[in-house]
Amino acid sequence: MTGGMQMNAMTDQGGYVTEDGRKIGGVMMEMKNITLRFGGVVAIKDISFDIREGEIRAIIGPNGAGKSSMLNVISGFYNPQEGEVWFHGKRRAPMKPYQVAQQGIARTFQNIALFEGMTVLDNVMTGRLTQMKAGMAAQALWWGKAEREEVENREFVEKIIDFLEIQNIRKTPVARLPYGLKKRVELARALAAEPKLLLLDEPMAGMNVEEKEDMSRFILDVNDEFGTTIALIEHDMGVVMDLSDRVVVMDYGKKIGDGPPDEVRNNQDVIDAYLGVAHE
Amino acid sequence: MEPVSKDAGGLTSVPGLLHRNAQRFGTKPAYREKEFGIWQSWTWAETREEIRSLALGLLNLGAGPGDFIAIIGSNRPHLYWSMVASQMVGAIPVPVYQDSAAEEMAYVLDHCGARFVIAEDQEQVDKVIDVQEGLTNFEHMIYLDPRGMRKYDHSRLHDFAHVQEQGRAARDELSPELDRRIAGIGYDDTCVMLYTSGTTGKPKGVVLSNRNIIETSKNSSEFDHLGPGEEVLAYLPMAWVGDFIFSIGQAYWSGFCVNCPESAETMMTDLREIGPTYYFAPPRVFEGQLTTVMIRMEDAGKLKRWLFKTFMEHARKVGPMILDGKPVSAGDRLKYKLGDLCIYGPLKNTLGLSRVRVGYTAGEAIGPEIFDFYRSLGINLKQLYGQTEASVFITQQPDGEVRSDTVGVPSPGVEVKIAESGEVFYRGPGVFVEYYKNADSTASTKDAEGWVATGDAGFFEPDTGHLRIIDRAKDVGKMADGSLFAPKYVENKLKFFPNILEAVVFGNGRETCTAFINIDLNAVGNWAERNNIAYSSYQELAGHPQVLDTIQSHVEEVNRSVAEDEMLSGCQIHRFLILHKELDADDGEMTRTRKVRRKIIEEKFHDLITALYDGSDRIATRTEVTYEDGRKGYISATLDIRDAKVMPATTARVAAE
Repeated sequence: MTGGMQMNAMTDQGGYVTEDGRKIGGVMMEMKNITLRFGGVVAIKDISFDIREGEIRAIIGPNGAGKSSMLNVISGFYNPQEGEVWFHGKRRAPMKPYQVAQQGIARTFQNIALFEGMTVLDNVMTGRLTQMKAGMAAQALWWGKAEREEVENREFVEKIIDFLEIQNIRKTPVARLPYGLKKRVELARALAAEPKLLLLDEPMAGMNVEEKEDMSRFILDVNDEFGTTIALIEHDMGVVMDLSDRVVVMDYGKKIGDGPPDEVRNNQDVIDAYLGVAHE
Repeated sequence: MEPVSKDAGGLTSVPGLLHRNAQRFGTKPAYREKEFGIWQSWTWAETREEIRSLALGLLNLGAGPGDFIAIIGSNRPHLYWSMVASQMVGAIPVPVYQDSAAEEMAYVLDHCGARFVIAEDQEQVDKVIDVQEGLTNFEHMIYLDPRGMRKYDHSRLHDFAHVQEQGRAARDELSPELDRRIAGIGYDDTCVMLYTSGTTGKPKGVVLSNRNIIETSKNSSEFDHLGPGEEVLAYLPMAWVGDFIFSIGQAYWSGFCVNCPESAETMMTDLREIGPTYYFAPPRVFEGQLTTVMIRMEDAGKLKRWLFKTFMEHARKVGPMILDGKPVSAGDRLKYKLGDLCIYGPLKNTLGLSRVRVGYTAGEAIGPEIFDFYRSLGINLKQLYGQTEASVFITQQPDGEVRSDTVGVPSPGVEVKIAESGEVFYRGPGVFVEYYKNADSTASTKDAEGWVATGDAGFFEPDTGHLRIIDRAKDVGKMADGSLFAPKYVENKLKFFPNILEAVVFGNGRETCTAFINIDLNAVGNWAERNNIAYSSYQELAGHPQVLDTIQSHVEEVNRSVAEDEMLSGCQIHRFLILHKELDADDGEMTRTRKVRRKIIEEKFHDLITALYDGSDRIATRTEVTYEDGRKGYISATLDIRDAKVMPATTARVAAE
């Protein structure tokens, strides 16, 4: 899995600098002519775009546009029938979820997928599983390497808990938390895996204005502090335009726009898709 | 007892005490802070090293004698160090309430002419950046938590750790100068400037000298026999004088350890983990804890409820007497021991109060039931009466002479007198130097002989010599028939009900008294939950007819109790309403220390007051509210007005039985 790094030279190195002065690097992930079908239904039709190192990339579109499917293709959960996914300058073969995690991709889910009966701390610790190498016997006895690993990982997790300001619910079972906090715990778990690429599926769905503001701040801080590349799907246009560096717009499985927020905002196809025009 | 001022050990300043502690208690913890889930600690020797590094860094940035250094943030060791480091370089620390809005902060920073700001995090830095245009003296800002500020312009902005690093790097060049500055701190130089929240008008900067702080800390530490073994939890605002005395004055004088919680939300957990031996909390914290206990007991099983009830009854009967060392029968003692094993001990442990040797409450009157509850558990909770202008202590209760309705005897070194008007005056070593840049206010508060007007009306009980406070002197008025009007007296009685969070009583110069009530969302919300009453907001719950019924019964109970006091029987509440919003400091209705601002409330809700007096049953109103981020909005509501039963004063005693 480390081979990808040496191939970096092959990728496009031409990054750009954002308005607020962040340096965006070369292409991290490239989707080439992706088509995804479920039986006769075409969920994604011939879409190409890229995600660059260090950027916040949004995928937007009306309901049923194929955004979540696209995210699932990026995360390797779906294998497209046509097209290629290039990651770190290397074509990616179909893979298992744990292999995706090992490659440095983590995600959160539209419908929260936490272990409800476990505490926040334990949930976030599960995000460190890929980092734990000790054998089962050592872990069961909590001896030697297992103990050292647990302490190291706990320290890392505590930093994330501090970062996301959830110290007060550290020992609370997730089932007892309100929705907005569960979303934050999910983000914490994803961050615990130290992802290079973080996928957020509607991180702000169902939140009130204050919660959205908090979440936006955390997303920006994650990007700023850890340099994590972020791809997110979101419905709230205001949030998307404020947060992201570049936006892909999808409608009925097709890409209808791609570029910086201002450019996309003024794109006639995008306006039509959102305000509605008759489809033949 | 040798006065400290004659002590040649240089104990005339906080940096001097730091030096002594580093030598005497070098390896003993001075500060702890919970971070990353673990209590991190610093010994006195390490603390001196940290503070000196910061002071050197401040010298490096050009901080000089007489500069004001504003310190904004929650209780963290680094911010306490910032105050002492400021003193070391000859500057004056000015802690600022961290929840103040940007404009309030601007007023304070501008008034003192702060040259430096030491802020905790991005939130505070942003507020200062917002207002820095108008600040003429402002030069540098130092922040603790770099998060989110990587891209900020760093020409005037510095990372706390970097400032310390630069200080360490320049140690050889700057150390002699720093030592000169420390040696040059005089006993009458300013130790700290604290802004009073002020129930009226703009905040005033209270200048407290080293003499004020150190004499007071010494006297009060001796009064309660505080030693280097104490543990305190620093969780009250750093801008408040009490925190300065407890967490800096007394902590440095006695050499005890100051523990800082992980965050405001984890305070209760941290309290339990630390188990302080010396604890201060305003009445609302004790009320809140008691409410939580009661709510949880109502959800407990039958056996537990029975145990709790039985043993708490016993504790109420004999607990305070045992605590005061009065004679109690052997049987009662044994039963109390048993109760301690089953109920009191575990409960104190849950509350984090197992190890409390000296506990204080002040700031507002505490409900007798609440006060007795804690004392009956064997917690030595006492009351004190104080002010920023007095470096806290005016009167306090000695061990064994504790009651819920008095505030104790004059603190050591403090003289107290009652003026003709009933107003309480005091003088002593803790009396402030002046209000900064406000000679008029200084002159009207402190006379030439050093007597300070408290603004409170009170009297000494003839037989015990304890002081009792009735109300704010300026709030005490006359009803239309000439009888005494003391709104706070009635409000406190109302607030003793767990369902009532806040109350404002009107009636000065009028025939009858009326009241605004704020319900306690915690207590009433829990009641609503158990009774299957759905509600979506404070406003909706406040308007519920059953809630109004409950509050009405509370008001009538208070009327019965008020009627017992012949002097104040005119203060019974004839009509009341439940406000549609919680009174809030952000809207200017309360001070940051949660005292109601009567004038502002009267102006803002004049339509409601009119309705209380014109006999109408309901009133529609619209109120401006300020959100936490400073934006403004409006809420509209139609409020029901209720009549409450009033007791005739003459038959009061009979009726109350």
